[in-house]
Amino acid sequence: MSIDKDTARRVAHLARIAVPEDQLDALAGELSGILGFMEQLNEVDVDGVEPMTSVTPMDLKSRPDEITDGGYPERILANAPDAREGFFAVPKVVE
Amino acid sequence: MGELSRLTISQAREGLRNRSFTSEDITTDCLTEIEAADALNAFCAKTPEKALEQARAADARLAAGDAPDMCGVPLGIKDLFCTEDVPAQAGSNILTGFKPPYESTITAKLWERGAVHLGKLNMDEFAMGSSNETSAYGPAISPWQRKGSNAALTPGGSSGGSASAVSADLCLAATGTDTGGSIRQPAAFTGIVGVKPTYGRCSRWGVVAFASSLDQAGPMTKSVRDAAIMLEAMSGHDPRDSTSADLPVPNFEAALTGDIRGKTIGIPREYRIDGMPDEIEALWQEGTAKLKAAGANIVDISLPHTKYALPAYYVIAPAEASSNLARYDGVKYGHRAKISANEGITEMYERTRAEGFGAEVKRRVMIGAYVLSAGFYDAYYRRAQRVRTLIKRDFETVFADGVDAILTPATPSAAFGIGEMADADPISMYLNDVFTVTVNLAGLPGISVPAGLDKQGLPLGLQIIGQPWGEADMMNAAYALEEASGFSAHASRWW
Repeated sequence: MSIDKDTARRVAHLARIAVPEDQLDALAGELSGILGFMEQLNEVDVDGVEPMTSVTPMDLKSRPDEITDGGYPERILANAPDAREGFFAVPKVVE
Repeated sequence: MGELSRLTISQAREGLRNRSFTSEDITTDCLTEIEAADALNAFCAKTPEKALEQARAADARLAAGDAPDMCGVPLGIKDLFCTEDVPAQAGSNILTGFKPPYESTITAKLWERGAVHLGKLNMDEFAMGSSNETSAYGPAISPWQRKGSNAALTPGGSSGGSASAVSADLCLAATGTDTGGSIRQPAAFTGIVGVKPTYGRCSRWGVVAFASSLDQAGPMTKSVRDAAIMLEAMSGHDPRDSTSADLPVPNFEAALTGDIRGKTIGIPREYRIDGMPDEIEALWQEGTAKLKAAGANIVDISLPHTKYALPAYYVIAPAEASSNLARYDGVKYGHRAKISANEGITEMYERTRAEGFGAEVKRRVMIGAYVLSAGFYDAYYRRAQRVRTLIKRDFETVFADGVDAILTPATPSAAFGIGEMADADPISMYLNDVFTVTVNLAGLPGISVPAGLDKQGLPLGLQIIGQPWGEADMMNAAYALEEASGFSAHASRWW
């Protein structure tokens, strides 16, 4: 599977990574190379093989649904690039 | 100076208990060595005040007779671990300025047992790399050099700072993490021991996530005994990591008898790859002969899906990474790009991530987004997960046939020079993981043990792969190999 420039642009947007227009051809080439390497997987007969969902057989534990931590918003917000009045601040999302 | 920083954990334990020196003595010595080793670029954040405070507390515990094995032992911590109020950037510019308000479970366990935090160690950005060259801090440098050359060599990656620091005796041991080989490959490149435990043995809570179904933390140490001591301190169930196993933690050190008589060691024929240097082949054969001489039965085994491990890994790991790294959006922590008044949140996300992530991380996040996207999910991601089932089944089959452990080379070559792979395509760098990545895909434990030097005087390692939860037996076989190899080489000091 070879990736063209339009697909590269779409993938960059899906990943929310800005890629300048003049770098899209190079990106398409790089991604195609890596996908070409993955094509080897098509040689494997996977009929009737379950996809792995858990590498060690174990049941997920359940626990009481209760608050066990928290109550220090100022500690959490201390790392935010922009925090105001106890909230994370972002550019306007809704018009 | 430097005498005490050269100690192993077990030597320090003995000397601390019989009052030959204090933890403050060892810690001061390590801090002096660290200050003199900036050329190695191993430490990316130093915590001397915290270290001395912890060392004094450890000395008080030792004096009171309440001293666990790790008490008073100075450690370096890979930058991927969150330690409270100490910068944690995972080697990335996107986490510039981030100071975690919490402590990872593993480091909390180590401090509870009296270990000392010397600082954070350099690594490839988000653990994506095999040479430490993708780090935002610039590459860590190996203390090792080729005979007659002063070219800077890689300590390997992604735990390159950990490998460099332990090998150069800046600390007694270090934590690492291993998603495709990131503990074992750097350990092999620098002549130290590295353990990747069974998936679920160590909690992942508070360790920055790369590929959650593959990531495991483990110890990087100067001996197999030290790895056993430190792994025991790091292991155990954690309710905050739903994949951490609720199993008792064995006394790993007690298993180190060196007696492997009657054990069956498998030699997988698919690991004899094209273009592998003769020296690696010879090292592997010598290692096989040593285990045989120690009384093990050697059997030829087949792991038929081995060649599909790397392509499966490079679907699964980027897919999980693209999901995990979605959290770096310029809102909650780290870098945020500047936008103009007429731009919105999408531009802010896209530019933040373009500015904050390095080239390799961007490449993998985009590959991950692609293989998970509508129309391609079945062809790539779902197929890779089915191949992963087959890779695990290969190991289950040989273990069911009576194989106790598997011996392989740790890496397909010795360490290479910084910049030597700059013009190579990304896939040739990925080949570094060819012998280690199967272990992560199958969730197994693996250990890298130094086994010799190549013609240029650089360390080479062998890998022993154990059964699930079989770290004790695996480390005992590694101990037998270590005893038989008698590896004692050290890098000559140039820094």
